[in-house]
Amino acid sequence: MTQKRILIVCRRPPYGESFAREALDVAMASAAFDQETALLFLDAGVTLLAKNQQPETIGDKSLEKQFAALPLYDVNELYVDADALQQYRLSQTDLSLPAQPLATGEITQLLERSDIVLNF
Amino acid sequence: MTSFALMVLGAPVSTQAPQTALAFARAAVQGGHRILRVFFFHDGVHCGNQMLVPPAGQQPIAEQWAAFAQQHNIDLVVCVASALKRGVLDAGEAKRYDKPAATLHPAFALSGLGQWIDACVNAERHLSFGS
Repeated sequence: MTQKRILIVCRRPPYGESFAREALDVAMASAAFDQETALLFLDAGVTLLAKNQQPETIGDKSLEKQFAALPLYDVNELYVDADALQQYRLSQTDLSLPAQPLATGEITQLLERSDIVLNF
Repeated sequence: MTSFALMVLGAPVSTQAPQTALAFARAAVQGGHRILRVFFFHDGVHCGNQMLVPPAGQQPIAEQWAAFAQQHNIDLVVCVASALKRGVLDAGEAKRYDKPAATLHPAFALSGLGQWIDACVNAERHLSFGS
């Protein structure tokens, strides 16, 4: 398969709907098919990165460990919108994954250097 | 001519996404473009459910996709992981999980996300409907 640069954009909350889980599945499939895979967390998607998620209280399963396993699938490029982090009052120490904070201009550059952008 | 990969994420009935995707696909083919594959993911997998009974006078969405795909030789792929969770099963899966019926329309195939990655990588453009 031709290798392309695939950017998966996670902009939905981790619980209450299943888009975040779908994004994770797409990221793992992309990496499994040897695509250069990166993730960008935007909007409510930044809450995916928060530590100590407790979805058991609403009968859901935590996605935290599954997202934390992404480096095992060779997905090491993780980016997060710095403004959205601030909006959700999250600092770098609140995050379970080492996502690199990006300013708006840097997000534009990231989008520009991706061949395929998939939004979830 | 441009080649497209299409993803349908929205459910039929409760969202317009599958109809919009189908209208786009028809217009693209009519305009001389090529649809490499249509991948049904998330709630979009309900498009492949042959058990849907629409109100009188409306053709079931699975039939509409099936007719279009057959006419233009287009691959209709339903994500197997999304589909099983939502009760969209072909005969093999129904048997495997001991369920009383196969609900997947025969014009659709169950497969994995690799089919979507493959379509995206090979198409010039990709579009998602219903996200």
